[in-house]
Amino acid sequence: MNVQAKTADDDALGARLYWAAADCWTIVLRGLTHYVRQPSNIAWQLGFPLVSVLLFGYVFGSAMSVPGGGDYREFLMPGMFGMTMAMGFMNTAYVVVYDSSRGVTDRFRSMPMSPSAVVTGRGVGDLIGASLDLVVLGLTALAIGWRSSGGVLDTLTAFGLLLLLRFALIWIGVLLGLLVPNEEAAGSLFAVAFPFAMISSAFVAPSLMPDWLGTIAMWNPVSATVTASRELFGNPAAVGDTWIEQHALLMSVVWPVVLTAIFLPLAVRRYQRLSR
Amino acid sequence: MPEHAILAEGIRKNYGEKRALDGFDLAVPSGMVYGLLGPNGAGKTTAVRILTTLVRLDGGRAEVAGLDVATRPRQVRRRIGLAGQHAAVDEVLTGRQNLRMFGRLFHLGKKRAAERAEELLERFDLLDAADKGLKEYSGGMRRRLDLAASMILAPDVLFLDEPTTGLDPRGRNEVWDSVRSLVAQGTTVLLTTQYLDEADQLAGRIAVLDRGKVIADGPPESLKRLIGGDRIEVVVTDPANLSAAAAIVARVASAEPEVDTTAGRVHAPVTERVAALTEVARTLQDDGIGVEDIALRRPTLDEVFLRLTGHRAESAGEAPEKEKVKA
Repeated sequence: MNVQAKTADDDALGARLYWAAADCWTIVLRGLTHYVRQPSNIAWQLGFPLVSVLLFGYVFGSAMSVPGGGDYREFLMPGMFGMTMAMGFMNTAYVVVYDSSRGVTDRFRSMPMSPSAVVTGRGVGDLIGASLDLVVLGLTALAIGWRSSGGVLDTLTAFGLLLLLRFALIWIGVLLGLLVPNEEAAGSLFAVAFPFAMISSAFVAPSLMPDWLGTIAMWNPVSATVTASRELFGNPAAVGDTWIEQHALLMSVVWPVVLTAIFLPLAVRRYQRLSR
Repeated sequence: MPEHAILAEGIRKNYGEKRALDGFDLAVPSGMVYGLLGPNGAGKTTAVRILTTLVRLDGGRAEVAGLDVATRPRQVRRRIGLAGQHAAVDEVLTGRQNLRMFGRLFHLGKKRAAERAEELLERFDLLDAADKGLKEYSGGMRRRLDLAASMILAPDVLFLDEPTTGLDPRGRNEVWDSVRSLVAQGTTVLLTTQYLDEADQLAGRIAVLDRGKVIADGPPESLKRLIGGDRIEVVVTDPANLSAAAAIVARVASAEPEVDTTAGRVHAPVTERVAALTEVARTLQDDGIGVEDIALRRPTLDEVFLRLTGHRAESAGEAPEKEKVKA
């Protein structure tokens, strides 16, 4: 039973990079297997945006107006995409706390696997999951009459920006997942995620809110991504004349870069502190 | 294989003000099951976490399979298995998917990981449940799967941190059987437990841990001798007969019997357990001494502590209990 021989020369740099990628992929496959074995989870995850489409698009929709004109549902759908990306960090946090509270993280850390793979696998897996979310939401949007009048490149760029936001929030999710003690506490992160997604331009133009709230909403990173994607989709964007609204496209790149620059090191540090 | 599978010298580990380990020494010869016995908070888990490279030590040094845990953690990780207090397996995946995933993460090829999963499923008697999700597994089955996952690389040293905590007696027996079969193959096992019984059942040598230090160690027999081993206990119906009963017990006991007049009870350590019980029961009956209760009792961990340290088992950090309670 010689099962050790194969791992003998793992320490060369090339081997380490190879295993970092291979282990990352194993963790990604684990995440995808979760989707396959628990299809109901996808339903839960998409339930909130789909119900929101129904509520805002149809229940409140007729009472909603878009400053500068335009169809509210056209305005709403990119907001829906943005909200789903924004709230996705809760899934990341949930899985991280699930693994650490059950000793799975410790098992990984006691194994000769690449230490970075736990986090990179999480990140790649979350982005694949977020892409699936966007496919389902996009098809739903098409079904209720939403269209992108932007070109193929602009449309893909818009989806790319949405995923970029989700990518930046992975690190907040990992950090929070390492900070909260258990899954119940991770569930209560909804109280943070909900206003984070809603106090933005996702549902209502910030110019229609009270000044102080509108300002917060405008500077919310979610707003930059949503407004930029509206512009790229050619949907009504209700852009006011403030600097932040005028520069949504720029900020939809700047915000994720800034968030990643702050929270990726914090998450890595927190992960390393597990060995204190 | 080095002479000592685990060697720890003067390990110190602080969590803030709290001293989790305070000069922890341990020498575990290769190829044996070593029991680390102690109450909650004695430092057992901290010791395991340091030896399995999960946390850094603040002082002292430790070698596992001949490799320094502080300077060569990656090499150590290739030679150890860890089964902690939780069944650290993926609850969503099936048993088979779990073992294949961990096999891949141990850097086995895809085919080899699949073969190894089958070998381990068979060995831990999980083939029938291999394709079931873990939600359908009993506690004992999860721990067995956890053990299987820790055995994927056939580790030189296996760490079992309270492997049966929270299991019912049946699950506990299942896990014990699995551990015995590992030992038969020559794996060195460091087992932590709060149960004297468990250490006695599985370990060839036991170290008793108190407040981050090993306070006694040796084979279970010598340790039990040290703490008095099994005890015979007699409760008489009529307190007037207590001294007569004590005299009878004294004949089979390996030390002076202790007499508790208020409870009408006399007890003493014995070596020949069953012979002593039969002898005492027969003599009591012959002499017409009425007996409320007669039994052989293993010392509990509390009693072990009382004997070894003069204080009761406690969580570290609490003020030591000074009074010496005479049983």
